[in-house]
Amino acid sequence: MSMSTDHPHVIDVSNLSISLKNDNNSIAITRDVSFSIGRGEVLALVGESGSGKSVTALALMQLLGGNLSISSGQIVLTAIDGYSADIAKLGRNGRQIEAIRGARMGMIFQEPMSSFSPVHTIGAQIAEVVTVHEDVGRKEARRRSAELLAKVGIPDPVGALDRYPYEFSGGMRQRAMIARALVCGPSLLIADEPTTALDVTIQGQILDLLSKLKDELGMAILFITHDLGIVAQMADRVAIMYAGSIVETGSVREIFRRPSHPYTRALLEAVPRLGDIDERRRINPIAGSMPNLFEPPSGCRFHPRCPVAVHPRCSLERPPTFGSGGRLVECIHGEAELAR
Amino acid sequence: MDASAQAPRRRWWLFRRQPKIRRHDLASQWQLMWWKFRRHTLAMIGMVLLGLFAAMVIFAEFISPYPPFERNPAYVAGAPQIPSVIDENGNFRWPPFVQGLKAERDKKTLRLNYVPDPSVKWDVGMFVKGEPYRLLGFIPTDIKLFGVTTEGGFMHLFGTDFTGLDLFSRTIHAARASLGVGFVGVVISFILGAAIGGVAGYFGGWVDNIVMRLIEFIRSIPTLPIWLALAAMLPRDWSPLATYIAITVILSLLGWTWLARTVRSKLLATRQEDFVLAARLSGCSDTRIIVRHMLPSFMSYLIVDASIAFPEILLAETSLSFLGLGLREPVESWGVLLFAAQSIRSIDQAPWLMIPGVFVIIAVLAFNFLGDGLRDAADPYTR
Amino acid sequence: MSLLSVDNLSVRFTKRSGGVFSRTIGAVSAVDGVSFNIDRGETLGLVGESGSGKTTLGLSLLRGTEPTSGTVTLRPEGGQLEITALGKRDLRRARQHMQMIFQDPYSSLNPRMTVREILSEPLTAGLTDARKLSGAEVDARVVDIATKCGLSVDQLRRFPHAFSGGQRQRIAIARALVLKPDLVVCDEPISSLDVSIQAQILNLLADLQKSLGLTYLFIAHDLAAVAYICNRVAVMYLGKIVEIGPTRQVYFTPRHPYTEALMSAVPEPDPDAPRRPILLEGERPDPANPPSGCRFRTRCRFATELCAIEPPPLREVQADHSVACHHTDTIKLRGALDLRGPVQETAGR
Repeated sequence: MSMSTDHPHVIDVSNLSISLKNDNNSIAITRDVSFSIGRGEVLALVGESGSGKSVTALALMQLLGGNLSISSGQIVLTAIDGYSADIAKLGRNGRQIEAIRGARMGMIFQEPMSSFSPVHTIGAQIAEVVTVHEDVGRKEARRRSAELLAKVGIPDPVGALDRYPYEFSGGMRQRAMIARALVCGPSLLIADEPTTALDVTIQGQILDLLSKLKDELGMAILFITHDLGIVAQMADRVAIMYAGSIVETGSVREIFRRPSHPYTRALLEAVPRLGDIDERRRINPIAGSMPNLFEPPSGCRFHPRCPVAVHPRCSLERPPTFGSGGRLVECIHGEAELAR
Repeated sequence: MDASAQAPRRRWWLFRRQPKIRRHDLASQWQLMWWKFRRHTLAMIGMVLLGLFAAMVIFAEFISPYPPFERNPAYVAGAPQIPSVIDENGNFRWPPFVQGLKAERDKKTLRLNYVPDPSVKWDVGMFVKGEPYRLLGFIPTDIKLFGVTTEGGFMHLFGTDFTGLDLFSRTIHAARASLGVGFVGVVISFILGAAIGGVAGYFGGWVDNIVMRLIEFIRSIPTLPIWLALAAMLPRDWSPLATYIAITVILSLLGWTWLARTVRSKLLATRQEDFVLAARLSGCSDTRIIVRHMLPSFMSYLIVDASIAFPEILLAETSLSFLGLGLREPVESWGVLLFAAQSIRSIDQAPWLMIPGVFVIIAVLAFNFLGDGLRDAADPYTR
Repeated sequence: MSLLSVDNLSVRFTKRSGGVFSRTIGAVSAVDGVSFNIDRGETLGLVGESGSGKTTLGLSLLRGTEPTSGTVTLRPEGGQLEITALGKRDLRRARQHMQMIFQDPYSSLNPRMTVREILSEPLTAGLTDARKLSGAEVDARVVDIATKCGLSVDQLRRFPHAFSGGQRQRIAIARALVLKPDLVVCDEPISSLDVSIQAQILNLLADLQKSLGLTYLFIAHDLAAVAYICNRVAVMYLGKIVEIGPTRQVYFTPRHPYTEALMSAVPEPDPDAPRRPILLEGERPDPANPPSGCRFRTRCRFATELCAIEPPPLREVQADHSVACHHTDTIKLRGALDLRGPVQETAGR
């Protein structure tokens, strides 16, 4: 089991806030998000729709679009090659961020169909990443692409280079996308729900592949998902996100065995498990629905749905964060919970 | 960020927003569309302009100071006269006036020139007495929006043509025919398009196939020659009204294809919607499914298409009439007025005769702006 | 007698070339000779991956898609309806006995109707055996079912866009139940919802089943949710049922290699749960061009020559547990959360 402390951090995010500018006011979409991931470590960022997890991932790559922007915080990347930069200070465009995107940081998305251009071959699109970032010839780029395709388990990798995305099945396209994200040997891979669109048997293949590649290449993975089953299987550490804040972080065992935030506890109780099939355990849903990101509740954003909220304190002020190192809880009961 | 410092501000903001949300919850499709449309500035401008055009059509007799066929022998091919409130000495003068004119013959060209007569000023007033007419066709009155109050004076805002007719009054009256052709044409296109497209989309199969090929065939014919040919076939001895109706029908016979395509594709698309299937599984009859579920869900798209078809028909009428094959005197449309402005002589001696063309441009632009806004508002449910 | 009997049901879609001179260029058997029963008050789960034909099967039971062949028989209180033989008008009348809940609550509700209109439509526009209800009676029924589904009376005047996904799904459930149907086909009713909301809807469905005596066909790909709500489970692969039986047996002692792979791939939300997925080789074949014999043989580690020649029939191997596999009696399979069986490398963590 890896611990965050004995790994050099590849990425260090601290107090990252992302805001949406409207006509005349700005809304904090995420507030003070902090986490770090070490080499060879998988951090699962868990949240439901509207929790801000995908926006956070885009911010890490400076890919926020439209009216979204980073309003405060730092994103310090320390790549394996020694390169270091605060991404939050770089612009959306320009030399520096382009040297990071695709080379030192790779990203894979939920929808493998739309992330490849339909009019170019798979090989051309993977080789392009190499030629953009490194001073290599077309031949070498092609060789590297074929090597990666072989590594992600695509049969006949050299032949696959000259095929078009539509000739691939969903699972194969996802493998090709992983190959493209990894072709420059990134220090950090951001995987945004990479298996949600896939069948469960194919999902198993892809998760297996990602684990293997992580060990082989020694990269850090930020795995964004809402599926607690995948979290339990993939992650070393977990960050639980709710309505724009990380409410709890901890190792995967700490989160699943001793959840300390009421939302984490409720979430774990709300999912059916095969292990309980005999006991006919009744699952306990979380009452209410996700708050609208544009009109978040005041104070602790979970307080309208929280069974242990203390009124009026929770609705008035933002709860303090307790804990240290890799174990943090943002809740007024946090101190007592962690000591339990 | 300090949370406690922000808390009061956020609460105030929530308080302000609350009632707005509730209104949105209870809003029907048309209300949502209106709220979305309202934010489109150009479309709102287009709508205001079209409102003005509509007023022009309805109250043409009231707005125009002269009947469209009243000659002013004292001012033939005269330039526009613009009322002013500043006299030649730079002093303010009320009521507004236009300069009196006297005719002078050019010694060399023998042309009549109208030169200002500084001793004469014709007062201009609002709601003045004019020729008697019937407002909206049944209210007898003789009040005009504006006119010259001084006895023997006259004012031609857009000037006059070579026979001494007031161009402003004619332009206002011509809006009736021009916009009327567009309106009636769109209505006919709409009915044809909805019926034919509906049949194609509803029955599908070979019916659909034949209709679609027919539409492709019609659309492949170059429009101007076929209009010219059809218009040329109209007997010259038909009454102006019959010609008017025939031209409208000709234009809409070729204009329905766009609408038919929209109706068909929307029908096919909404047939796949889950809520249509849900209605069928609830035991609803076919008629109810079409009328209650399918039609309302693409009605807004049809209105968008109609607003885009309107200027096309308007332009088609203008082109035909300009070429002398569409409407003819004594029916007046902007195209007919422009027909009179196409000679070198008129460009040289009376360039103001082209003012109706400006009206055509404004009307077409207004419709395009409106259509643009409608298209954006047509689906208020996109997430 | 079972509430629903399905016998040898097939749905084929023909592919046609476009244009004026279109001709049939192929056919996809989305559902191929499927037979099963559902008893009154039980929940049958229907699981399978995308393209297995489970949604098409659910739709064709209600004739939302016309079956190509086979029979569907529904036995509501004091009667028997052969759904597949009904004419248009009789089918509309039969709709009161069978309803459907869709996957996407955003597209299954007409955005132009208020919740009250949506809920009262089946009562006013459908054909029922009962006399026409008066306005007040319709209203009472609508309020009753809305309350049962967790909606407030005040919410009835709103339009669907005022609601979140979970609340919309409650509206869709209320619409399906307002006619007091016997059978409800739930087509992935929770898969488009958030995790915390899924549990609400699952519990609501379970509660309503108890209080209203409903029978469900529960179509889903979330195997844990299916285990939670279903008495029996049917597993589909490429248009055929490969295994059907009581949930416990199918999950923990599967008899078909595909079921085994499916069960082993479920990621259990527990970091200490045994994890030994059987990774299937290759991808799902094209449904328009399925393999000969057993359709699973191209990805099956037990496949023999026989499997390529002879399609295996669905036969009962235990009481109420049927499997379509030639070798089911000779192979050893692992169930969900099971570590026994052939050793396979799993990813190190």
